[in-house]
Amino acid sequence: MSLIAVNKALPARTRRWVTLASFGLPILLWCLVSYVPFIWHPMVEITAPGGVSYFREGMLVDKPLFAREFENMAEQGKGLPEGNPANPVYLPAPHEVATAFYTAFTTEPARRSEKWLHESLWSSIQVIFWGFVLSSVIGIPLGILAGTYHFFSRLIEPFIEFFRYLPAPAFGALAVAILGIYQAPKIAIIFIGTFFQQVLVVANTTRKLDPSLLEAAQTLGAGNRSMLFRVVVPGILPDLYRDTRILLGWAWTYLIVAELIGTSSGITWFITQQARYKNFDNVFAAIIMIGILGLTIDLLLAWLGRRLFPWQQGK
Amino acid sequence: MTDVSLPSYLDQSDAVRDRFERLKKRPVALEVRDLHKVFPSRNGPVTALKNINLNIHKREFVCVIGPSGCGKSTLIRILAGLEQPSSGQVLLNGEPVTKPGPERGMVFQGYTLFPWLSVKENIMFGLRESGYDKSAAEQEARQWIDLIGLARFENSYPNQLSGGMKQRVAIARALANRPKVLLMDEPFGALDAQTRAKMQAYLLEIWKNIDITVFFITHDLDEAVYLADRILVLKANPGEIQELVEVPVPQPRSPDQFLSPEFLATKQHIEHLIHPPVEEDESDHLNLVRMVHVNDDVGSVF
Repeated sequence: MSLIAVNKALPARTRRWVTLASFGLPILLWCLVSYVPFIWHPMVEITAPGGVSYFREGMLVDKPLFAREFENMAEQGKGLPEGNPANPVYLPAPHEVATAFYTAFTTEPARRSEKWLHESLWSSIQVIFWGFVLSSVIGIPLGILAGTYHFFSRLIEPFIEFFRYLPAPAFGALAVAILGIYQAPKIAIIFIGTFFQQVLVVANTTRKLDPSLLEAAQTLGAGNRSMLFRVVVPGILPDLYRDTRILLGWAWTYLIVAELIGTSSGITWFITQQARYKNFDNVFAAIIMIGILGLTIDLLLAWLGRRLFPWQQGK
Repeated sequence: MTDVSLPSYLDQSDAVRDRFERLKKRPVALEVRDLHKVFPSRNGPVTALKNINLNIHKREFVCVIGPSGCGKSTLIRILAGLEQPSSGQVLLNGEPVTKPGPERGMVFQGYTLFPWLSVKENIMFGLRESGYDKSAAEQEARQWIDLIGLARFENSYPNQLSGGMKQRVAIARALANRPKVLLMDEPFGALDAQTRAKMQAYLLEIWKNIDITVFFITHDLDEAVYLADRILVLKANPGEIQELVEVPVPQPRSPDQFLSPEFLATKQHIEHLIHPPVEEDESDHLNLVRMVHVNDDVGSVF
């Protein structure tokens, strides 16, 4: 088949099917493991305890244990336990997770002080937003300066190069000590996690601008200021936009760490809390929600990018 | 080229001689004095240009030709002010050149149009830098767009244009600043033969109609002889002036002259200058033996 050819574009129909399969295959695998009993199902869900004193209806026990008790009862002539093969509690079936997408929002918090899922999500989005905006507002200009002028490159980059090796979570305790226990230290962690990478990435992107464009601008009489604002900045804008999209992905990964410091909150708190109550369907739903949210934002930004930079079309 | 009996390239008709005499009486537009350029490198300093002295008169068209590594690009970059000479001076109308400026327009081989600006905005760039307000710059740019015949494309972006169109925009962008000198670094090198011929005609047309001195780098002999009043022949390692050839082909030029005796004579002379007959280098040839099977369908065709 010509499906697998080096660097050859697929026909539009095939491409759509393959994209669909990219999501479809993992889901299919999950369905198989969940619904076809002989593939995995290492546990037994008790439907009738029979004579076993400690079995309860709905309880999950290991298969060998169930088999042993079953034999015991048979020998002793007491009531036989009954049960169905089942997966461990931490692997809910697709339909359970699908319902959880709805029920997770309606599950009342266990304690009054705790948050509903939508409140948790909203709190997470706010932390990401502020951390990332703060980082970008300072990081992008610094990166552009470092990428344009050798002076700023020498002044800024060595220190940042050092600082970016310090793991952001290590600053958790410090951030709490300085900024308190609520949202501020979480925003600070997102900031530390993205800012230093951002400066370096933006500086590199700026350096990649075709130097002959700068020379052309000079021969057209452009001074230092207009070189920066009329050539460098518009010239790197599409790449800058792409970098920002990638870095936003980084910010999401720091979210999980950030939300564990100070008072736990947000989607991370929701996930750990639900895991504690063994509501793994809710856990899965929440994790997938983060994925969907991230992907949606990224697709939205990609679409917007095509609108913003029409001169790149056909490239 | 076979040695058919050609006149010497030094034979100038009366009209051509007269033109050169008048040309040399014109004031000097660009003067290069004792120019040296040395680049540092890992194996010690490399002399790119040595002892360049040159006077280019107003409205003259000078082409530069030479083998690769003769420093022709370095020379034009120094004239543009994009690079500093190690010693010596470049004077434009008597004023020393130290940095790039709009009075020396430059056209690069790689077009170097700003991809985020439309054709019109590209041409407006230099005008806005020199203090035109937006509407005045727009008006001026429109005139240039009309002149280069791209009125239909004024709002197109560079990546929607063909190579020839891009280079026309680049030329208009440089000319819009009303430079004294137009510096062109192999501007048509990336174009196909047909487009290149067309661009050469456009350029001669522009040069005839506006008051400008052109300094043009090329590696194409035909192009040099066709366009230039005088051809500066450089030699490599180090880059030195080998000869400043006065082209005896009468002006105005037209493509019919490509086969005229003066044209061919000039071409032959320069060909000898840049590719002097050398003894064959033993290490630099292919080691091929006949590799076709003896019983092949088609026997040797040689």
